[in-house]
Amino acid sequence: MTTYQEFIQQNEDRDGVRFSWNLWPSSRLEATRLVVPVSCLFTPLKERPNLPPVQYEPVLCSRANCKAVLNPLCQVDFRAKIWACNFCFQRNPRGPAAPLIFLYVVDTCLEEEDLQALKESLQMSLSLLPPNALVGLITFGRMVQVHELSCEGIAKSYVFRGTKDLTAKQIQEMLGLTKPAVTGQQGRPLAPQDAAATCKFLQPVHRVDMNLTDLLGELQRDPWPVPQGKRPLRSTGVALSVAVGLLEGTFPNTGARVMLFIGGPPTQGPGMVVGDELKTPIRSWHDIQKDNARHLKKATKYYEALANRSATNGHSIDIYACALDQTGLLEMKCLSNLTGGHIVMGDSFNTSLFKQTFQRVFSKDYNGDFRMAFGGVLEVKTSRELKVSGAIGPCVSLNSKSPCVSENELGIGGTSQWKVCGLNPSTTLGIYFEVVNQHNAPVPQGGRGAVQFVTQYQHSNTQRRIRVTTIARNWADAQSQIQHIESSFDQEAAAVLMARLGVFRAESEEGPDVLRWLDRQLIRLCQKFGQFNKDDPTSFRLSESLSLYPQFMFHLRRSPFLQVFNNSPDESSYYRHHFVRQDLTQSLIMIQPILYSYSFHGPPEPVLLDSSSILPDRILLMDTFFQLVIYHGETIAQWRKAGYQEMAEYENFKQLLQAPLDDAQEILQTRFPMPRYIDTEHGGSQARFLLSKVNPSQTHNNLYAWGQETGAPILTDDVSLQVFMDHLKKLAVSSSA
Amino acid sequence: MSQQGYVAAPPYSQAQPGMGAYQGGFGSGPTQPLYGHYGGPPQAFSAPPAGMMKSSVAPAASMPLSPGSSQYNPNVQQNGSHPQSYPAPPAVSAPYGQPPHSLYNSMASPGQPPTQQLTNQMSSMNLGSHGKFSMCSFYFLVQGLQSPPPPASSVMPPGLQSPHMSPLMSPPQSPPASMPMASQSMAGTSMAGIGRPFPGPPPPGPGGFQQPGLGSAGQPGYPQQAGQFGGYMAGPQQNMPGAFPGAQSAMAGPQSAMAGPPQKKLDPDSIPSITHVIEDDQVKQGGQVFTTNIRGQVPPLVTTDFTVTDQGKKCISKLFFMLCQRVLNKQCEDTLSSVRELIYLSLFSVQTPLYVVNHGDTGPVRCNRCKAYMCPYMQFIDGGRRYQCGFCNCVNEVPVFYFQHLDHMGRRVDFYERPELSLGSYEFVATLDYCKNNKPPNPPAYIFMIDVSYNNIKSGLVKLICDELKTLLEKLPREEGMETSAIKVGFVTYNKVLHFYNVKSALAQPQMMVVSDTAEMFVPLLDGFLVNYQDSRAVIYNLLDQIPDMFADTAESETVFAPVIQAGVEAFKAAECSGKLFIFQSSMPTAEAPGKLKNRDDKKLVNTDKEKTLFQPQKGVYEQLSKDCVASGCCVDLFLFPSQYTDIATMADVPSHTGGSVYKYSNFQIETDGEHFLRDLRKDVQKSIGFDAIMRVRTSTGFRATDFFGGIYMNNTTDVEMAAVDCDNGVTVEFKHDDTLSEETGALMQCALLYTTIGGQRRLRIHNLSLNCSSQLSELYKSCETDSLINFFAKSAYRAILNQPLKNVREILVNQTAHMLACYRKNCASPSAASQLILPDAMKVFPVYMNSLMKTAPLVGSTELSTDDRAHQRLSVMAMGVEDTQLLLYPRLIPLHNIDVNSEKPATPVRCSEERLTDSGIFLLENGQSMFLWLGQASSPDLIQSLFNLPSLAHLQGHMCALPELDNPLSRKVRSIISGLLEKRSNSMKLQIVRQKDKPEMLFRQFLVEDKGLHGGASYMDFLCYVHREIRQLLT
Repeated sequence: MTTYQEFIQQNEDRDGVRFSWNLWPSSRLEATRLVVPVSCLFTPLKERPNLPPVQYEPVLCSRANCKAVLNPLCQVDFRAKIWACNFCFQRNPRGPAAPLIFLYVVDTCLEEEDLQALKESLQMSLSLLPPNALVGLITFGRMVQVHELSCEGIAKSYVFRGTKDLTAKQIQEMLGLTKPAVTGQQGRPLAPQDAAATCKFLQPVHRVDMNLTDLLGELQRDPWPVPQGKRPLRSTGVALSVAVGLLEGTFPNTGARVMLFIGGPPTQGPGMVVGDELKTPIRSWHDIQKDNARHLKKATKYYEALANRSATNGHSIDIYACALDQTGLLEMKCLSNLTGGHIVMGDSFNTSLFKQTFQRVFSKDYNGDFRMAFGGVLEVKTSRELKVSGAIGPCVSLNSKSPCVSENELGIGGTSQWKVCGLNPSTTLGIYFEVVNQHNAPVPQGGRGAVQFVTQYQHSNTQRRIRVTTIARNWADAQSQIQHIESSFDQEAAAVLMARLGVFRAESEEGPDVLRWLDRQLIRLCQKFGQFNKDDPTSFRLSESLSLYPQFMFHLRRSPFLQVFNNSPDESSYYRHHFVRQDLTQSLIMIQPILYSYSFHGPPEPVLLDSSSILPDRILLMDTFFQLVIYHGETIAQWRKAGYQEMAEYENFKQLLQAPLDDAQEILQTRFPMPRYIDTEHGGSQARFLLSKVNPSQTHNNLYAWGQETGAPILTDDVSLQVFMDHLKKLAVSSSA
Repeated sequence: MSQQGYVAAPPYSQAQPGMGAYQGGFGSGPTQPLYGHYGGPPQAFSAPPAGMMKSSVAPAASMPLSPGSSQYNPNVQQNGSHPQSYPAPPAVSAPYGQPPHSLYNSMASPGQPPTQQLTNQMSSMNLGSHGKFSMCSFYFLVQGLQSPPPPASSVMPPGLQSPHMSPLMSPPQSPPASMPMASQSMAGTSMAGIGRPFPGPPPPGPGGFQQPGLGSAGQPGYPQQAGQFGGYMAGPQQNMPGAFPGAQSAMAGPQSAMAGPPQKKLDPDSIPSITHVIEDDQVKQGGQVFTTNIRGQVPPLVTTDFTVTDQGKKCISKLFFMLCQRVLNKQCEDTLSSVRELIYLSLFSVQTPLYVVNHGDTGPVRCNRCKAYMCPYMQFIDGGRRYQCGFCNCVNEVPVFYFQHLDHMGRRVDFYERPELSLGSYEFVATLDYCKNNKPPNPPAYIFMIDVSYNNIKSGLVKLICDELKTLLEKLPREEGMETSAIKVGFVTYNKVLHFYNVKSALAQPQMMVVSDTAEMFVPLLDGFLVNYQDSRAVIYNLLDQIPDMFADTAESETVFAPVIQAGVEAFKAAECSGKLFIFQSSMPTAEAPGKLKNRDDKKLVNTDKEKTLFQPQKGVYEQLSKDCVASGCCVDLFLFPSQYTDIATMADVPSHTGGSVYKYSNFQIETDGEHFLRDLRKDVQKSIGFDAIMRVRTSTGFRATDFFGGIYMNNTTDVEMAAVDCDNGVTVEFKHDDTLSEETGALMQCALLYTTIGGQRRLRIHNLSLNCSSQLSELYKSCETDSLINFFAKSAYRAILNQPLKNVREILVNQTAHMLACYRKNCASPSAASQLILPDAMKVFPVYMNSLMKTAPLVGSTELSTDDRAHQRLSVMAMGVEDTQLLLYPRLIPLHNIDVNSEKPATPVRCSEERLTDSGIFLLENGQSMFLWLGQASSPDLIQSLFNLPSLAHLQGHMCALPELDNPLSRKVRSIISGLLEKRSNSMKLQIVRQKDKPEMLFRQFLVEDKGLHGGASYMDFLCYVHREIRQLLT
């Protein structure tokens, strides 16, 4: 008999699924009493070397009420690429392999240095694209330029005014994409290859890479003068609208990535986030709370509409924002969140953070295929005792009302199908279920509930694929088998799933309300599963399967996902964006950063994320997912300053210094997006990254009370984990609660 | 506003009661005093003595007598016949004890008068008055902004616009003291000849006549050139009967008279002939210097080559130019209440460089009340501490920096060093207050916008333009003394969408930016769109090479138009500069975009009350566009290459309001029209021009400017806004009396033109003008300048047809002619038989012009004429100068068959009548717009051989558009005549070769304006008879 830990691990490795509960309470009532819903984290494209792919997607008949699968009895006209359904006689176009599309949307209101670096990165990326991929280029500043790539001689571009909101139809007309002669054959949409032939703006990389390289090389900064005291006029909104409109008109339902590179906030036209007057700063959390952000609602609405259109067409939008100030990610986040695109945030395009991260977008797996997939549709089917309440992740609802859709929504609910336009092997959705079995209709002993995940997607080698993941869990009677259920609790998965719910709420609610909600859930859980004597906090115990859970919640409360203090709205959006899409391990790191200690006292070891771990003779390596902090303790820092590492006799010191660097390098090389790398020491200003994360067990308030010289006091009024736990115990055992 | 010059006048039906009153007063009574006055010192003569008195004191006052000042004194007496111009030789300035003013001295070469002069001239004519309803116009022309000075001997535009002093004239002459008397006596003697019937003996040669005339003035030994009397005699002479070369006029007094009702058999040679008038004036005043310091002179005809010097300095309080203007005279008021045309037409023709005055940071000194600029009419008082404005009489403090002591004559000591005190025309440096947004302007830009739709590509036009631009852009106009032109250039091609080009010098290849949003046009780039040609030459070459290829396969035949102009406006706005668009359009804009047009050419409307709609532009988009263009200083030049109707009335609307021109090449073919078009393009690109101009005309009390005609835009009633003002555009201004004018002070006008030079400097060009006022109607008729008058009538009539049926307009023109002449007859002419047609001498050819005007395409209701052509002509005349309208209405017909190939003299034109043609003759006809070479049926094969290298006329192929270059005297001569004309005119003309009796001869014949019109309209003779009948009716 394996332990639950092993079971969970096996399941995750095989299915990419982690359930909060691995035994399911058999009735709705019992399920709700468990506090943490029956839910799972599902990684649809989890990399599995031995997974045999079906060679192509079952081709379905296009008639809505037929949907029969292409089979050997169908007549196929290979020349016209049409097959006839042998059930309903519908003539269907034979779906050809659709090319991948990469549309670069580049802000030119950058500093010369930044633009140069970006140009180089873009030129480099051309060599990383699959040769048959289609590529396009839109640049913008005060105006929006769609570059024609097929032309010889003079470089041509179509220009749009950066202030005018255009409909998709207008955009397509202005780009000359709607040729009356071509369209309108009984309303049949353009087959992608037809569109490709006529679309001068999206061309195969192998054909235009020289041309495009030159074009990028000649790219100039936005030529419009920027008066003193003004921001450059940046038409991000229209640029995106044009990009979305262009793809919509040419390649609907084909995998495409719009890659938006911005060096500042949109300052004009639809989607503007801040005016061009420098004296009006971009909105802060304070402004938003005071309802003082005048462009926020309008811009958000604008980008949401674009994101939804893009999602409908299966195109995903990446945002690469590199600037010292905010760039409007708060308003634009939905573009990536709803379409499965990436958000990358940095200070400058001329940093390795951006350059490496961008390169990593095009990383390949062991098969030589890109780690990206497009146009995914995830369908969840459940056995009848279970219904699906919703999903949280980079997806949009497809509004598919199947019988297994629950009426209670958690996350994006009301559907059993979601569109995930951009997927990679780590993309993970949180999926929430509801047990609907009535209390008086018990599940037979040994009965199992089943969930099937059907993921259709366009593989990066342009094939359409379907991955089917079916899992089953035992039902358990909550009254008689509560211990079993308790031990089936996956506290890691549960913490992440609850955190996702919290973040999802935080997007629409005020921070304090979310924290209160989280606290209440935690207290209820403790009351349900804790062992204690009433009103005796000291008697409180939690079983091993739940023991870490309160600690996760403690760190979650302090995390930037729920706390906006010290973070700009853009940063919050950025952190949340990544949090709701990473797999369990990464998500846990985000909730509770990992801290390793390097010292002469022994091999590197993980230590408590606690101020007491900060000692003078240690080097600490902290991984918060977004940052990698190497912190040299006071003594180490002094030694380093004295240059001992240069001396032959202190080779061991040199090795000690090197060890965390090597480990950090390993993380840096695999993580997407590349974390910010911080090398600091005791007393360094950047040490704040570490100090703000550790549990403030020692603060200026209690330093002398503890009376120890180890550890570093943290100047904060935040409660420490100990205080938090004490309160939790008190509340959990309280009979009045 | 628009009809005022015309329609606001009392209707002619109302004229009848007036005429009744007139009749009562008719007789010898009213006319006699006029003559009596005439016999005495003419009005104009009052000025010189005053000037003499002042100046005679001057040398004694503050300056030692020097060669310079002694020169100066006689000048005054001579009243301007002395051509010494403003900059005195150093010899003069040194004794003054003042450092030479660098500005002036730089202009002057020691001991020699400068070859360029500031010139102002005007002539005016004035008829009748009826109290507060007097109207006047003057014609204003800014010419030659920065155009290089032609050599002194060259004939720039002939006549008024070639103000060049002949070097011959420079030696000072000491005039005989008896001069004024001489002219008086001359006047007296000529008076005696009054009453000679019109058909008199043929006039002797003008030269022959003049000499005796001078002799009789008692100056036998007087040198020939003095005899022609530069300025002094010019006025009197022209008005004096004796001065007129025709024997008939010598005998008929200040008028031409035609005895009895014109007979059918009347000798056509006997009716007044324009060619004679021109020729005589040329002989009499050609090559002379016209000085501007005397009020009351009438300048030579526009067709005469002469030079003008601005000698305003010579008489500070006497004004530069004069013309008569009557003071209200009770009698006149009664008798003339029905005669409405009180017209000033004057012409400012200015040759650069003007002196530039800088009054420092505070800007030009101006009158506090009326804002008139400092000028010679400002009277300094109070020891120089204050000055009285000549326009509004307001007394102003003299700013501290501007203070200067007065000499004993009350004249400022620095009088000679300040052009604004001593000259008629000068320029102020405008301060930031005069600039848009208080920022100094950027240099202007030229944007070339080429229609690359199917038609233009197929015809080869696009390639032609691109090739030409490569060389043409090297010759952009530049500021005086600048190495290169400051003008920036930009390029746009378009069909249904617009393509902008980035030609930044840093680029290896030009970049094209397509803007399809024609509904809301914008300019996609700034930096790199408007560039310095020199810097970006390589990229521009590359672009011009590629444009024809890029669109070689185009199938797009639809175009837009309004968005193209809009794009230019936006570009100028974005670049914060003014400039000019050169649009090369092939067809009517039918693509879906603002300003889309549809065919509304309805021949059924011709000769109906709705005919005017054909001339009216379609409103809406274009109206707003004109406004935008003017506001941003965007001048639009339109080159049209249509193959069918293009609604020029609408398409030319914007150009016609922005000081632009419209060129039309129907059915353009590169072989026959290519060179013609390129000549136009070259002239157009290279001509002198100023941008973003605003003009204000201020007047002394008693009258005011009421109406303006030209390529202008008016937001209110006083400010004339012009996106651009160039050397070929003129503005005609009409004035109205609103009070009594003083004979003593005359009438003052100041025209201030604020504009941006091609180098991007903001300047204020000031023209000052003073006119004589007279209570004598005859004075008006004497000083009438028919050329200017007809310019006004043409513009006025062409504006009127927008709102009135053509029939009415034509009727009004005839009535007006008759009234003017009848008024003269009644008030000024000596009594004679009613059957006699008596014409004022200065207006004797007025009926020819008037008749010709009525036969022009816009005024002829004929379905055979293309609507576009009519609209085009209407609009081009609206901005024409006097010289151009004169030529247009009376083309030059030059016989070539009997030309003296060795003579330097230009061939003498003959009258525009079929009778002058001979079967064996070869004639060249040109009117500034078209040029024909007419070959008589029986032309000598020798001539044909020499000109065409063909054995006979029959071998001549059609569609020849230039003469072959043959090495024989006749060919050389003829070609030099043609090229001389092409050089001289503001437009290029396509040479059309027509053979007598060939079909195309019809085109030629419509220009024989003395004949019956092809599409209707009377012959000269018939018209004269008709007018005579009208006059008689009016008089009885």
